[in-house]
Amino acid sequence: MATKTFAGVSIEVNDDGYLVNSTDWTKKIAADMAKEEGIEITDTHYEVLNFIRTKIGNGENLTIRGIGKSGIVDIKGFYKLFPGAPLKKATKLAGVAKPTSCI
Amino acid sequence: MKKLLILGAGTGGTIMANKMRKTLSREKWDITIIDQYKTHYYQPGFLFIPFGIYKAKDVVKPKSDFFPVGVNVIYSPIERIEAEKNQVLLDQGVVLKYDYLIIATGTKTAPEETPGLKGNLWHKSIFDFYTIEGATALAEHFKTWEGGKLVLNIAELPYKCPVAPLEFVFFADAFFTERGLRDKIDITYVTPLPGAFTKPRATKMLGELLDEKNINIIPDFNIAEVNNEEKKIVDYAGIEIPFDCLISIPTNMGDAMIERSGLGDELNFVHTDKHTLQSEKFDNIFIIGDAANVPTSKAGSVVHFMADIMEENLLCAIQGRPFTAHFDGHANCYIETGYGKGTLIDFNYDTEPLAGSFPFPGIGPFGLLKVTRMNHYGKLIFRWIYWHVLLKGKEMPIEAEMQMAGKKL
Repeated sequence: MATKTFAGVSIEVNDDGYLVNSTDWTKKIAADMAKEEGIEITDTHYEVLNFIRTKIGNGENLTIRGIGKSGIVDIKGFYKLFPGAPLKKATKLAGVAKPTSCI
Repeated sequence: MKKLLILGAGTGGTIMANKMRKTLSREKWDITIIDQYKTHYYQPGFLFIPFGIYKAKDVVKPKSDFFPVGVNVIYSPIERIEAEKNQVLLDQGVVLKYDYLIIATGTKTAPEETPGLKGNLWHKSIFDFYTIEGATALAEHFKTWEGGKLVLNIAELPYKCPVAPLEFVFFADAFFTERGLRDKIDITYVTPLPGAFTKPRATKMLGELLDEKNINIIPDFNIAEVNNEEKKIVDYAGIEIPFDCLISIPTNMGDAMIERSGLGDELNFVHTDKHTLQSEKFDNIFIIGDAANVPTSKAGSVVHFMADIMEENLLCAIQGRPFTAHFDGHANCYIETGYGKGTLIDFNYDTEPLAGSFPFPGIGPFGLLKVTRMNHYGKLIFRWIYWHVLLKGKEMPIEAEMQMAGKKL
């Protein structure tokens, strides 16, 4: 398992760059990861990340629709915050596992 | 007299009515099944209708043909479940009390969730094939269609019968090739998934099949709206895909009654323990099939496997014993690939679809992750099995729990 340095601390990450231990997460790590993704992190970003961490912490499913109904951003706003692949980027920055879609 | 109430008389509800009427004593248990509709659709058959293989009459029978003797049947819309009071309200103030409740209200397409989808072009240039109306309208359209851009779009996860959209484009390739029109038709498969399917080996195999059949795939596309004037679909990131004929798999949602009852998630699927099939909130409520929010396919095969587990666990609950059956998410899907051939996948919550033989290890007759003629016959013969064996809750030679024997890791 690889490690990576965020905010001056060495953290375990998987091959896709997601945190191995969600408990390692701090706001500073998120800010550093955001820079790598070319995202300038704002309070709204943090609100979304906290929403995601709470949902995953409760063992709930995470969907783009769910984030659109969170009251923090609508789906278009979510795409603006995390351009391209919002759910993949947001989960990475939230320090949780990459969502696996099951059908 | 104790009361078992079953909401919904589709595949899951009908199987459970048959199973539980055999299992529970008639002297002690009253069983009632409720549905607002009188027609049972063989939903796997909808896929065949646009290509003229089946007609509407091939996929409908009265629901009443499949209810066992000794079960009360009520045809009525359901207003809501009052789980705290162990009762269900029908319309016009009818109240039904229950000791145990089975929710089997399924899922349905909700095209109104995507702006512009149900606009001017609905059932003219835009079709669904998950309803009898959509499938038959599309059959008419294909009779005279002269070609252009055929775009299939999956709006959102989860959706019913996850392999059907793939089968649709495979069928379309064969259908238009046989009519000498294939070179005038550009087929594009547009999905919110990162590839053709979810699990690695099936995605690879099915992705190669798309490629072989000259079908384009556009992954990671989350539809925001349909532009009817310019005939294109637009995703949230601004990507636009033009179409002449759009086949939509609309958003799937559970019954609105689930929302009124406060039992569901944001898509009205009921919060369900994925192993016991019991409600996460109420011990005397069980959920079968598409209505449940469990992370496996919304498909008839899953319902059939769930039914075996539910029968056992419901008895455990009634007799005050710990649960003995454990649902593993088992799904088993025959996939039509066109030209009289098909493939087959078998998987569960933890194990992805693998190659091998099924159901008898080393013998088959069906081949997993292989394209064979036998797999296609398996699919065709299934319609007979569905009406005569499955709905009646009879035994089939396939275990509810997924088997590893005969599979190659």
